[in-house]
Amino acid sequence: MRKVLFYLPLVLFLTLALFLLSGLFSNPMERESVTINRALPAFSLPDLMQPDHQWQPELLRGETFLLNVWGTWCPTCNAELSYMTELSQQGVKIVGLYYVLPADPVLGEHFDLAELQADVSNKLQQHGNPYQFNILDVKRSLALDLGVSGAPETFIIDSNGMVRSHHIGDINPQVWRNKLAPVYQQWRQQDGANP
Amino acid sequence: MRMLSGLLALLLLALPVQATEEVLSFDNETQRRLYLQLTAELRCPQCQNQNIADSNAVVSVDMRQKTYDMVMQGSSRTEVLDYMVDRYGYFVHYQPPLNRYTLLLWLAPLLMLLGLGWLQFKRRRMQLSTDSNEAAEPAAQLDAELDKLIDQYRSKK
Repeated sequence: MRKVLFYLPLVLFLTLALFLLSGLFSNPMERESVTINRALPAFSLPDLMQPDHQWQPELLRGETFLLNVWGTWCPTCNAELSYMTELSQQGVKIVGLYYVLPADPVLGEHFDLAELQADVSNKLQQHGNPYQFNILDVKRSLALDLGVSGAPETFIIDSNGMVRSHHIGDINPQVWRNKLAPVYQQWRQQDGANP
Repeated sequence: MRMLSGLLALLLLALPVQATEEVLSFDNETQRRLYLQLTAELRCPQCQNQNIADSNAVVSVDMRQKTYDMVMQGSSRTEVLDYMVDRYGYFVHYQPPLNRYTLLLWLAPLLMLLGLGWLQFKRRRMQLSTDSNEAAEPAAQLDAELDKLIDQYRSKK
């Protein structure tokens, strides 16, 4: 009994030390997304370049694709454009969800579609254009429904419109190889199986 | 000098800048309270440990707006919380729910308290037993020992 009591503080200390040590190597930004394995939330949002066209979840069905949340104001998003362009050239379908800032550092607080379109074309010419098209989310309503906390974030949506993966942060070769490609390949293979 | 003091006095005239960024109006006090309570207990998903009332991250601004809209539409506290948790997970609420993952978290303080109580109880019992041993010795014997000590001390002087 006394022996147990004697070693108790040491044991408690070691447990706490181990717990805190494991905290040093954990990523505080990483957490499980709740949107995975749910259907895309309902929305009706215009195309960035052809605003007359409205996109709805039904129109996005039929093929597994990446939904990439981005904005020209976000340096990390611009940085991942070139690698995503490579991916799109390999046949990966990528759709952009343009995340409009309430006060854009370049375009200002007043939202002007023509200005934004020019800015986007400019950036895409500079870094490469991986997108089949871009959905414009001025009020960030779809972003909120998807649990987006910033840009860049990327979702994998399967051919039935179900969210299969949610990645917070940029896409680089490592992230693609280790995290996204396995999920993408898995759902891509099923595309043909159940039309 | 006069010029300088004049200029300095001018500075005093600078009107305090009012933070007019968000002036929200509510129908009644209950709604205002609910809004303030909710923005204080909802956590910004992008920042590390800030509530959405404190944070100016875009996502916090949007969540505040949504909270405001829902409160104005008559949603209850639980409805707003459910809405946010449904999108951002339990991370977004500062009060974790009681489930099998958080059971230890909730029970830990209770367990610690029980452990301390048990330790205290044990010590008390050990002390009591030694106390009673001492009490068994006759008081006279103790007095004699004390006298002896005093004598020793005095004889040394």
